[in-house]
Formats: sequence, structure tokens, C-alpha cells
Amino acid sequence: MAIGLPVAIMLMFVAVFGGAIQTGTDYVNYVVPGVIITCAGFGSSIIAVSVTQDMVGGLFERLRSMPLLPSSLMIGHVIGGFIRNAIATTVVILVALLIGFQPEAGVVEWLGVLGILSLFMLSLNWLFVVFGLLVKNVETANAITFPMLFLPYVSSAFVPTETMPSWLHTFAENQPMTPLIETLRGLLLGTPIGTNLWLSIAWFGGLLIISFVVATILFKKRKTE
Amino acid sequence: MNDAIISVKDIKKRYGEHIVLDGLSFNVERGSIFALLGENGAGKTTMVRILATLIKADSGSTKIGGYDTESAALSVKKLISLTGQYAAVDGLLTGEENLQMIGRLNHLDNRTVKKRTTELLEQFDLSGAAKKRVATYSGGMRRRLDIAISLFANPEVIFLDEPTTGLDPRSRKNMWDLIRKLANRGVTIFLTTQYLEEADQLADKIAVMNNGKIIETGTSEQLKSIIGKEKLELTFHDQASFDEASKIIAGQLNERERIISVETEGSMENLRLLLNILHENQIESVAMHFRKPTLDDVFLEITGKSTKGVSTND
Repeated sequence: MAIGLPVAIMLMFVAVFGGAIQTGTDYVNYVVPGVIITCAGFGSSIIAVSVTQDMVGGLFERLRSMPLLPSSLMIGHVIGGFIRNAIATTVVILVALLIGFQPEAGVVEWLGVLGILSLFMLSLNWLFVVFGLLVKNVETANAITFPMLFLPYVSSAFVPTETMPSWLHTFAENQPMTPLIETLRGLLLGTPIGTNLWLSIAWFGGLLIISFVVATILFKKRKTE
Repeated sequence: MNDAIISVKDIKKRYGEHIVLDGLSFNVERGSIFALLGENGAGKTTMVRILATLIKADSGSTKIGGYDTESAALSVKKLISLTGQYAAVDGLLTGEENLQMIGRLNHLDNRTVKKRTTELLEQFDLSGAAKKRVATYSGGMRRRLDIAISLFANPEVIFLDEPTTGLDPRSRKNMWDLIRKLANRGVTIFLTTQYLEEADQLADKIAVMNNGKIIETGTSEQLKSIIGKEKLELTFHDQASFDEASKIIAGQLNERERIISVETEGSMENLRLLLNILHENQIESVAMHFRKPTLDDVFLEITGKSTKGVSTND
């Protein structure tokens, strides 16, 4: 699932929609950053469900009655999710290369991609830990992740935002996924980045800090319940 | 009670307006099986969670092995293991992997982890399923794995929160055997249950809990003696004899099953007298047997309410 899905999304966009969408470049080049973050979203969202499952299933209780650092339970989920994301991202890039993706990035740019993606994935993982701690059953955990997974579609991930109606265009231009995607695109393909890098760092750095703090507070609260 | 491994003094806990624990005090002797018996919602699980360092009491003190469960929680965690109401196992991993994970989390070295895993799988009759995903296990197997996991680090105190809830009668009997075996090894077992029979079968000492309070403590025998003597049950084959007998014999009546329960010391004299009375009144169609008081009777007597919600289990 974690591997098959990225590949399926990749192929679907390039082969099915790709021909109809005008982006001024090969669609596969345009769409790679979008597919990466969509798949990272899916990968991270699993965390919400597994955190909830552990809470209601009693595993948290057992682990917490053992001589362990309590927060290691959350950290475990975040790191596990990160590894899942890393694998999915690697697969996306490999498949993209196979079907014609031609990145122009050098070593520095690739390191930049690694850095900004890591920040994005970690912040998303902590956010989903928060969701997992907030809800009381697995079904809700599943449902609560949907809006997040939808965000990339109303950004510049798959189509240029200029093609959207003006109200949606405004939203798409100002939501966090767009600067992230433009940054990735800039790093991978050499398109202009402008302020997008700093905007992305601000958005996802902020999200990381807030999610981490909220998760810690929620965790402590559930502990004393 | 000098060798109390668990000591609980005046524990109180409330959630908002709802008082869950209202001043609980008791001791558990090292190496014994202690049962906290009560209905659903009596506060049993809350007490276990406080002892297992998961939550804090509002007031009072709890000590395990001399360590305070609040201020010395880490030392307590090293002594205990907790098996909750739901089997806390990972369905995506195999039985073997589940055990190994817990072993590593207990900071044991690889060799010890391997050795203990093999031992426990064998001991709990799970060797055949060791490499199968836990999601495919039956309820009884999950519970066995759950207990095996809780034994990994050789704890001194094992908390079993309703260990047989949801198990079929055979698995339940197996679980009882297992718990007895553990106790024989010198492990202290703290058990919660809503089954009177379970406490009766297993526990060295029973605390009966109701509405956040312990209303009675003692051995199974002591609790039963509260109810008094053995009873002789006379079951009448026809309604006429039952009606007739109920006029001349003093005892507890069960109209529906046509039973009269008579208190007796069980002496010859006593019995002869009773039989003579029946004979003189030409009541012959009687079956009789002795019945020792059950914990069911105890519960009824001290809580003064019906056994609704409390099952006698078979």
C-alpha cells in the first residue's frame, strides 16, 4: 500500500491527466513534487490511525507501565512514519525517472530537497500524532485525515493555479502546499523559487513546533485521565 | 502482614463530580493472588491504573515493593507488568516479533531476548503459531501471548485486569490454570474480576468493591462464613408436597424451583429430626443435597442488592 499507491498516483497523473494539462513543460517534470507530497500525506495519515489504535487497544497502557521514556511512544510513530515516507518518496522518484522525469538539480539542490521534504514530513507526522491523540476511535481517526489529504489538489501540485476560478486561485496561492511545491519544483527543475523557500520553512517549521507542543500537552492530559 | 508487596492507603480519585475511588486501603502479601472483585464501573480498573503508574490518585498513597508509585514510578515500573482488558498485542507482527519487541524495549540483550522468546512461546503453547501474524490468532491465543509478553522481564507483580472477560469456558479454565502456575513460581498476582467464581477459585485474598469502596476483605472462606453455615437444600417433586412442607419447615423458600433451604450444622441428630418431620407428614418426594455458601451469596448479603451485572460464570 505504502509503495503501490505512490506508483499508481504517479502513473495515473502522467498517463491519464497528463496529456490534457498544459504546464509549459513535460507533465512528468511538473507533477513529481505534487506526487511526492500527496504520497507523504497518505503515508503520514497512517500515523493518526495507528496512534488511535494503540490508545484504544491498550498497547499504550502496557508500554507506559514499562520503564520507558513516555514520549518515546509518540517519537516511535513519527520516526516510523518518516521511514515509510522516505521509502515512498524514493519509489516515486525512481518511477518518475523511468517514465521520463529529467531533474536538473545538482548536489546542493538535492540536499535542499531532502531538507525541505524532511521538514514537511516531520511536521505532518506530528500533526497526525495530534489527530490520533485527539479522537477516541479508529474510524474518526481515519475520517479526520481526509481534509489534509485533499490540500495538495487545490494547490499548484497538479495544475497551474491560474486555471482555477479566482476565489479558488486565491486560496491555492496562499495555502502552504503551493510554496512547498514551487520550492521543490525550483530545486528540481530550476524554475524561480523567490520567497517560496522561506514561506515553506515558516509554514512547516511553525506547524512542526505547534504540532509538537500540542501533541506533548495532549499526551500528558491523556496520561492523567 | 509484614511482607506486603503492595500497600494502598486511603486512595481517592474523582473525575469531575463522579467519585470513582472513595478511600481505598488494602495490602497484598508477596507471592499471593489478590482479587479485586466488583461489578462493571466499581472502580477496579482505575485502582489498577493507579498502581501501574498510569494515572495519579487525588490523595492517599500507593507503594509497590516499598516504592511510591508516584515519586518512584520508574522503580515501580521495573517490578510490575500490566495486562489490560484488551490484549495489547500488535496484530501486524507475528507472535515471535511481539515478544522480541517487548524484550528489546526492556533493554535486554539480543541473546536473552531470543532465549526468553523461545521459552515463553513454548511455555504458552504458541510455538506452532510463532511465525504467524497475531491478527490470525484466536481470542485465547491472543490472551496467552498477552500474558507471555507481560512475563518477559520477570516481573515481581503482575496486574491482570479482567483476564478472562470475553473468553469461552475452556479458555477460561486454561487461563485459571495458567494463573495458578504463575503464583506457584512466587509471582504476586493482582487480579480484577467481575466473576465471583473466578475470585473464589484463584484468590488467596479477596476484596469486594462496590461504588468506589471496599466493602469486605478476606479469604474466600472468611467471606463465606459471613453468610453463615452450610445449607441443606430440599427439592420437592410436586407442588403439593412443597406447599405442605413450607408450612412445617423453617427455611428459605424458592417457589419457582420448589426448593427449601434449611440451615444445618450437618449433624446426624439434626438431619434425623428433619427427615422425621417430613415422614410424619407423609412428604416423601424429596431430593436433598448440601450446599456450601457461594460468593454469590456473599455478594448479595453485603451489597444488599441483586446480582444484576454480576455473573456467577457458568
